[in-house]
Amino acid sequence: MKTVVGFICGLIFGVGLVVSGMSNPAKVLNFLDLAGTWDPSLAFVMGGAVLVTFIGYRLVLNQPAPVMSEVFHLPQKKDIDGQLLTGAALFGVGWGLGGFCPGPAFTAVPLMSTGIIAFFPALLIGMWAGRMAPGIIAARA
Amino acid sequence: MTEFTPLASAFGGALIGLSAVMLLALNGRIAGISGISVGVLPPWGERLANGDMAWRIAFLVGLLAAPILVQAVSGEPIAQTVSTNVGLMVVAGLVTGFGAVYGGGCTSGHGVCGMSRLSMRSIIGTMTFMATAFVTLFVMRHVVGG
Repeated sequence: MKTVVGFICGLIFGVGLVVSGMSNPAKVLNFLDLAGTWDPSLAFVMGGAVLVTFIGYRLVLNQPAPVMSEVFHLPQKKDIDGQLLTGAALFGVGWGLGGFCPGPAFTAVPLMSTGIIAFFPALLIGMWAGRMAPGIIAARA
Repeated sequence: MTEFTPLASAFGGALIGLSAVMLLALNGRIAGISGISVGVLPPWGERLANGDMAWRIAFLVGLLAAPILVQAVSGEPIAQTVSTNVGLMVVAGLVTGFGAVYGGGCTSGHGVCGMSRLSMRSIIGTMTFMATAFVTLFVMRHVVGG
C-alpha cells in the first residue's frame, strides 16, 4: 500500500508541477529575471503549495502516527551550518543556469527535449556525488 | 516572455501541497524530491532490506507519468522551452544535483515542506538558494548576455 500511495502522491505532485507551469524552465527563469522579462507566476505556485502544506501538516502532525507507518520520518537536523549554506548556494546557481529543480526535471523527461537529455543524467550524478561527499551519509543514517 | 498565470499556478501549487500532506499523513514521509530520489541511488545499504525503496521508486514513476496524463486529458502538448546548450545543461545538472543533496533539500524539501514546518534551517536554505538563483540569472542574462 505504501507503494500505491507513493505512486499517487508522485502523480499528484507531478500534475501540480505541470499545471502550475513550474515544469517549464522558461517560466522559472523568467521568475528569476527581476530586471527583465519578470513573470511572477512562481510566487503563486510557492504560495499555494505552502498554504496547503502549512495547514495540512498541522492537522496531520496532531495525529499519533501516519496511517501506514509507525512514525513520522521528519528531518532531525536543525543546524545552520556550512554544508547547508554551501549546498543551497550551489543548488541556486544550478537552478538559475538550467531552470530545472529536481521535481520539474523528472516531469520533463518524458518530453525528451535536448536540454533534459543532457541535464537529467548529470543531475543524478550530481546527487550521487552529493551523497558521497564527506559527512553526508553519516548525517542521513 | 511567458504569460503570467496566477490561477493555474496557485492551483498547481495547491496540488503540490496536497501531495505533500498525503505523503506525510499516509506514509509518514516528507515530499522532498531530492531526498526521495537520492534514496534510490547507490549505496543502497539497508534501504533494500527494510522496504524503504519501493515507495520512492513509485513516487518518481508517478512524477514521470504526470506530463503524459496531463497531455492525454488536455489534448494539448505541454508548453516547455528548454535550453539546447548541452554543455551548459550538463554543468547545471551536476551543480543542481550536488547542491540539493549536499544542502539537504531543494525547492520541495526546504521550500515547501521545510518552510511549512517553520524549520529555520529550511527557511535559511530557501533564502540562500533563491538569492544565488536570482544572482546567477542576472549574471547570465544581463552581464554575460546568454
